[in-house]
Amino acid sequence: MSELTRRRFYLSFIYGLGGVIGLGLAVPAALYLLLPPKLTRKDDWVAVTPVADLKAGEPTEVIYHQKRTDGWKTLNEKRTTWVVKGQNSQIVAFGPQCTHLGCAYHWEADKSQFLCPCHTSIFALDGKVIAGPAPRPLDRFETKVQNGKLMLGALRESA
Amino acid sequence: MKAFKNRVFEWLDHRTGIETNIRKFLYEDIPASSGWHQVFGSVAVFLFLVQAFTGILLAFNYAPTPGEAYNSMRYILTEVTAGRLMHGLHHWGASMMIVVVVLHMVQVFLFGSYKKPREATWIAGVVLLLLTLTYGLTGYLLPWDNKAYWGTVVVTQIAAGVPLLGPYLSRLLGSTGDVGVVTFARFYAVHVLLLPPATGLLILAHIVLVRKHGVAPVPGDDQLPSKKFYPRQAFLDTIAVFTAFVILFTLAVVAHLPLERLADPSDTAYIPRPEWYYLFLFQMLKYFSGPMEVFGSVVLPGLAIFLLILIPFIDRTPLVRVSKRVFAMACIVLAGAAWGGLTLAAVKSTPPSGVAASIDYAGPIDWMQLTPAALGRGSDKTAPDFAVAGAKLFTKKGCAACHMVNGVGGKLGPPLNGLSSRRSEEWVQENFIHPQKMAPGTIMPAYPFNETEMRNIIGYLFTIPE
Repeated sequence: MSELTRRRFYLSFIYGLGGVIGLGLAVPAALYLLLPPKLTRKDDWVAVTPVADLKAGEPTEVIYHQKRTDGWKTLNEKRTTWVVKGQNSQIVAFGPQCTHLGCAYHWEADKSQFLCPCHTSIFALDGKVIAGPAPRPLDRFETKVQNGKLMLGALRESA
Repeated sequence: MKAFKNRVFEWLDHRTGIETNIRKFLYEDIPASSGWHQVFGSVAVFLFLVQAFTGILLAFNYAPTPGEAYNSMRYILTEVTAGRLMHGLHHWGASMMIVVVVLHMVQVFLFGSYKKPREATWIAGVVLLLLTLTYGLTGYLLPWDNKAYWGTVVVTQIAAGVPLLGPYLSRLLGSTGDVGVVTFARFYAVHVLLLPPATGLLILAHIVLVRKHGVAPVPGDDQLPSKKFYPRQAFLDTIAVFTAFVILFTLAVVAHLPLERLADPSDTAYIPRPEWYYLFLFQMLKYFSGPMEVFGSVVLPGLAIFLLILIPFIDRTPLVRVSKRVFAMACIVLAGAAWGGLTLAAVKSTPPSGVAASIDYAGPIDWMQLTPAALGRGSDKTAPDFAVAGAKLFTKKGCAACHMVNGVGGKLGPPLNGLSSRRSEEWVQENFIHPQKMAPGTIMPAYPFNETEMRNIIGYLFTIPE
């Protein structure tokens, strides 16, 4: 074996095995950091208010508590939603954050519209964008009524 | 293209000197005798880097306060992708680091490489060994399970027993007789804030010293032309590093590391055991009792460290071949035998822990919340066999008539939730056989279970949560 081929043999091992070690550490690290954690507990439906307490045609801000899993913690969080009961008593529950940049919006009763104070996005009673920078209508929770109580499920991003 | 690449490198080198310096580092002259016996230092540095890397990644998902620490460890092990692997790499990396650092020292000792003028290099190495051991000691507490807690209680008690300095050491460790939040915070700070930069700087100093004096030669090297570190020795080092990496990765994937239950200071039944590389010290303590105890816990280890540092000053003989260093070899054999004997004795004297202690709390544990009847029916497939059998026996014998478990059962006897932190397994076993002896006047009938039944039912009872 000549001096040159021996040198080439050494170099190929140094860089080859070095590369394998690098990959062996980098790939698990990337998986560890970038993949979402497996959720062992799913967030359940939560009862927020008796349906009888809702007024038809006008949004009600409902405050409720829900258990939520955040990393290794289970929190009992105070949450809020804007609930609208239609005339034929179908119920819509909106996510409490503006679809623009996540500020809390509120109902302006005199103008009959939702207003976000951050960048003045305005939404109609059905959640559609009337004005402002909001890119899509208000997000809605999955809802169902059980024993006369309004139950909220997952928050679905509006199209 | 090649010309462009060269120009880029040249530009960079003129401004930073990086290429020249790397070249100087790689093409260092090493003695003609250099070879496989000198790979351990590189492997130790590699393992240190892996520990730093995996440690940082673990810290990204770890909450360093007692209760939260346990929950976040459980989160890393059960929910985070590759979390178990990352923890495995860090855990086994620590063990391998001890092995490799010791091998490195044994090689240097056998070859007499600590001799003049390399005394400072040797002392830096001894301090690095102590730092490595301190990592193990402080890291042991961080999962905050029963093993971590009780292992650390022993350590703080030893520190408190040091003559004169005891109370001050205790205060430094943040312990007031037991291991609490302050001790935890200090162990964490030492493990992640104090030790890593200290180790990094000391490794740097160690390598600078090796470069200053050159790799230690053996007799006859001065007659032969010296060699270059790169590429031949670098190749040997790479093979060794790669072998270590394969072993580490295999251990991390294959060897299952259970998380024990949350640290329970009221657990009277727990038998604490330190990490394997501390077992010999643990065993030595058994031979010293009463006022002699400090001798085993502080004086002897202290003397050993002192002696280790003094080696280059004690042995001032001229350099000879390894094969002629019979006394050095005898020292290593003797030290190895003493270490091995003590470790073996410690392992042999470890009483077998009950089946309940074998449960991995980073696995499925929802079955612990079931009623005995439901668990005994086998309604949860993730439950271990002994627990199902124990629960079945519990139901068959009608224990629920008097005892409440998970909210179901009678109130005549004490509820059994949290039994494990009130009673030892031996107590419960004795109570099954001779209830009157353990609690005179009790209405509990005797249950002379056979060995298997006893193992199952006690195992089951000790898995019932608080």
